Amino acid sequence: MSLVEVSGLSVHAGTTSLVRDVSLSLAAGERLGVIGESGSGKSVTSLAVLGLLPGGLSASGSIRLDGQEVVGVPDARLRPLRGPVAQIVFQEPLTALDPLMRVGRQIAEPLRRHLGLRGAALRTAVAAALAEVALPEERIGRAYPYELSGGQRQRVAIAIALAARPRLLIADEPTTALDVTVQDGVLSLLERLVTERGMALLFISHDLAVVSRMVERIVVMRDGVIVEEGPVMRVVREPQHPYTAALVASARALDAALDAAAPRDGGAA
Amino acid sequence: MSILELRSAGFSYGDQTVLEDVSLAVGAGESLGLVGESGAGKSTILRLLLGLALPQQGGVLFDDAPLNPRDRTLMRRFRTSVQPVFQDPYSSLDPRQRIDRIVGEPLRSLRLATGSGIRARVAEALASVGLDADTLTRYPHEFSGGQRQRIAIARAIVSRPRVLLADEPVSALDVTTRVQVIDLLLRLQHEYGLALVMVSHDLGAVAAVCESTVVLRAGRVVEAASTRTILTAPETEYARALVGSVPRLPR
Repeated sequence: MSLVEVSGLSVHAGTTSLVRDVSLSLAAGERLGVIGESGSGKSVTSLAVLGLLPGGLSASGSIRLDGQEVVGVPDARLRPLRGPVAQIVFQEPLTALDPLMRVGRQIAEPLRRHLGLRGAALRTAVAAALAEVALPEERIGRAYPYELSGGQRQRVAIAIALAARPRLLIADEPTTALDVTVQDGVLSLLERLVTERGMALLFISHDLAVVSRMVERIVVMRDGVIVEEGPVMRVVREPQHPYTAALVASARALDAALDAAAPRDGGAA
Repeated sequence: MSILELRSAGFSYGDQTVLEDVSLAVGAGESLGLVGESGAGKSTILRLLLGLALPQQGGVLFDDAPLNPRDRTLMRRFRTSVQPVFQDPYSSLDPRQRIDRIVGEPLRSLRLATGSGIRARVAEALASVGLDADTLTRYPHEFSGGQRQRIAIARAIVSRPRVLLADEPVSALDVTTRVQVIDLLLRLQHEYGLALVMVSHDLGAVAAVCESTVVLRAGRVVEAASTRTILTAPETEYARALVGSVPRLPR
């Protein structure tokens, strides 16, 4: 059985449709990338999987998360799934973290709720969770989010997401707000943790190069629909849909500039 | 001869030093990339080059003369010659103004043209960035991100400047649009012999546009060389790490 089974998902904001008839599935331990540009519906799709669509958006179709239907189900029944089954890491860790709570307490919360840890065992688990995201210093747990760098904050957000040992991690542009050298470290960390824990990964990004490093299979979205799906190496080498071809060509053009290290011939492309 | 130059510039906010001993220069037809991560001082350098702030040490030179905010003739020539393009075309265009007013604004504020002269030059600027005349009577919200950035570039070139200062001009754009705007910048640079200073954290964009590159870190110049040298044979550990961290598409 698939861990995630999305079939015929459509999402509407009033009369505007944001996502139309999207179907995708993700097996336990599998890594799937969703790539698209602004307005493609990739983030809306990832939020819908967790039943986290903002007010005003309505979903139809079906999303089964570990066998449990998500569409049209009251939030109270979905809450037990968020944590042990699936968790999400967002693009901007400064807004995803509670600014008024020390990060150690923010990591402790899911450990207490889902694993039932208390007292010394909880403190040990918080320290271990921080160590696992390569933040071993004790002062990090006592810090507030504003006292940390962007990369450190995203590592904390990952520690929180992983605290309840989810079987699926959804990462929505997790490194887009980070500097390039920091991005490299956070991607390596995600790769290692996903592998070690045998987690499934749903990786949302606009950056083809980043996605292809993280996943085996991708779906390409445009204007709310899936235009192409396949193994990542096949898609970047032999894109089938004209839109995917344009996306790959643009990414290659900038890559080629890095290799040739010479200005492009203005207007030629 | 350089048009715009920073000479040993230093800048602090209170006791926080953000730039120390930064020198760089750009001449007609040259293109210079400023790369570095958050806190490197890229935006502060642009503020200095735009004359929005004065360095506390060293100076800003325009046509080899120190920039002096009290010299009104010099500053008018400076504002005509040096024009900015910002990162976010959603916030850099006034939503309540029609496109003809937005693009013509530098001509009015610098008193470079009036009436039909303004109309002619606005139409010419829009044509050079590949937008039709029916753009004129519309408003920013009717355009996509890439088109808005074209409008912002039209506004920047309407005064026929000699230098464009572009702050992350393609970072807010999707990758397909990004390549088109880069090609536009290159074409304008060649056509008008513009000097171009481009600040970016995106090494791919800098490699596509700029002949030379300055790598900044924590307010200092780490390495300055041709872009080719920076990418293929960086001398410093930091430049090597920066180049090595750029995610690449598998072949």
